[in-house]
Amino acid sequence: MFARLREEGRLALIAYLTVGYPRPALTPALVEAAAGAGADAIELGIPFSDPLADGRTIQATSQLALKAGVTVAHALESAKAARMQTEVPLLFMTYLNPILAFGLDRFCRATQAAGIDGLIVPDLPPAESGDLRTIAGTAGIDLVFFVAPTSSDAAIEAASRAATGFIYCIAVTGVTGARVQLDPAVLPLIAKVRRHTSLPVVVGFGISKPEHLAALQGQADGVIVASALLDAIAQAPDDPVAQVRRFLTQMRVKPAP
Amino acid sequence: MSSGSVVKGPDARGRYGGYGGRFIPETLMAAVEELAMAFDTAQRDDGFQRDFDSLSRSFSGRPTPIYRADRLSRRAGGAPLWLKREDLCHTGAHKINNALGQVLLARRMGKRRIIAETGAGQHGVAVATVCAKFGLECEVYMGVDDMGRQAINVDKMRLLGATVTPVESGSKTLKDATNEAIRDWVTNVRTTHYVIGSAVGPHPYPLMVREFQSVIGREARAQMLAETGRLPSVVVACVGGGSNAIGIFVPFYDDPVRLIGVEAAGRGLSSGAHAASIVAGRPGVLHGSFSYLLQDDDGQVLATHSISAGLDYPGVGPEHAFLHDAQRAEYVGVTDQQALHAFHETSRLEGIIPALESSHAIAYAMTLAPQLAADDILLVNLSGRGDKDLDIVRGAAAGV
Repeated sequence: MFARLREEGRLALIAYLTVGYPRPALTPALVEAAAGAGADAIELGIPFSDPLADGRTIQATSQLALKAGVTVAHALESAKAARMQTEVPLLFMTYLNPILAFGLDRFCRATQAAGIDGLIVPDLPPAESGDLRTIAGTAGIDLVFFVAPTSSDAAIEAASRAATGFIYCIAVTGVTGARVQLDPAVLPLIAKVRRHTSLPVVVGFGISKPEHLAALQGQADGVIVASALLDAIAQAPDDPVAQVRRFLTQMRVKPAP
Repeated sequence: MSSGSVVKGPDARGRYGGYGGRFIPETLMAAVEELAMAFDTAQRDDGFQRDFDSLSRSFSGRPTPIYRADRLSRRAGGAPLWLKREDLCHTGAHKINNALGQVLLARRMGKRRIIAETGAGQHGVAVATVCAKFGLECEVYMGVDDMGRQAINVDKMRLLGATVTPVESGSKTLKDATNEAIRDWVTNVRTTHYVIGSAVGPHPYPLMVREFQSVIGREARAQMLAETGRLPSVVVACVGGGSNAIGIFVPFYDDPVRLIGVEAAGRGLSSGAHAASIVAGRPGVLHGSFSYLLQDDDGQVLATHSISAGLDYPGVGPEHAFLHDAQRAEYVGVTDQQALHAFHETSRLEGIIPALESSHAIAYAMTLAPQLAADDILLVNLSGRGDKDLDIVRGAAAGV
């Protein structure tokens, strides 16, 4: 996917949805809407009670989803249903404990069977990831690792060596959540990461506007839009499908120079 | 500090057996590595140890005495009870030992801003106190439920110049305060040191907290030998995250001494309303380390309950998980009612008002004493004083 987009001179737009938000039954329809509106891949967040790396938006969507009864098993069912609707790559994002509770092996097999292509675990650094890497590798699931503005060269090297699929480049020193400005310090960070790996580099945390995409055009291989999309859904709870379509379509509009 | 121990400490990855480790967002990794190096250097630096020891004496009020609780012992029957009087520390609990050590370390690392989480408020008060002494900016995260039930400590922290930030998320107690403190740290990691208050969190926190708290056990061991000519048969301490317990346990690892950690059984283990992570939980990852955890079948962290805010936490330090599995320490549960009973008994019979946290340890010791011989000795870590708990105790008496 990244190679094709690079040839077309386009950034991959990855849309993040919390499974079961705003309502448990809606996730497959939202995935279809996102893919139809130009999302090149979709990240499905399995809610966790204590999302340490997440700001208010994803904390709130996770709590609502958990209250509505969303489980790992439900997320797998939603993914399976979404996979029937679209060909775009699908990733799961969740914290380590729900995966441990489900069982690493069982989780990876079920994830693969549901048609999921990759996995993002924000509280799993490369040094602790040996078991999951082996098991995910066997199941043919990509395992994505992070680099942050605070990462040392050794950490960037470790993430580059451990990751499959892409490197997740954190744009801000902070938690997830829509930001008005894109910190320009992310550009030298991307350049630094590229010296360690030929894997695609995807930027996330704070991405909320077409201007952010424009600034990363030709620099990154993709962006992840999460909290801003969920905030948009929160503003139109009656018609989240149309809202996802609207929001992602306007993200692709080139800002006036 | 604990040379020759059966458990010298974690391996290079911060693992105690299979427990511990570093399960944290990448943004924090460099800071945690820097901290591990700074701690390692400080431990070998005589100057740092001198500062810590000197301030432990002149500022914190160490050494704290051990005390033979004769009337409480007569009430219980069997083996005599001795109390390690951490309630006599400056700020009223053992928490000052770790707050002092970590803030001294933060100063060496050039961090000007300190953050902390707090449950009962004892750790928050200790950190605010040390920050006031050194003129450092201090922000303490506290669940709104805990702010209500430990209001005096909120006032104290503010009086000491700290900002107390209410945490509204989740169960509004210690777990959620810890989440918010970690999110603050992720955001301000370059300028800020996060003083975790218990023996939990990613490596090197459990080790660091243990080392700063192990002064309790070193003193108590030497004091027991000096005053009774022998070691205690049993050492008992309450366990939330487990800092006072690990601090008193470590120096006894190689001795023929039973070590017992007392968890909060709340309204009873079968009620589901408790905080007994080792007794009733199973291993998982929370707040940066792998240890026993109260969680549902789907790996979601459960809400906990204890009458004592300081024990009201779903996780526990990884070294305790290891000690449990290795059968070097035993872990048991004591209910709210049993702890309250011990709170009143200790107040009336000894003239000592114990913290509700510590009352859990006293309660268990009183049930154990009659099962032991008269020439056995029970040493209980009286980790803090109970002034902060008067509102809760009054509420419990009124049936609130």
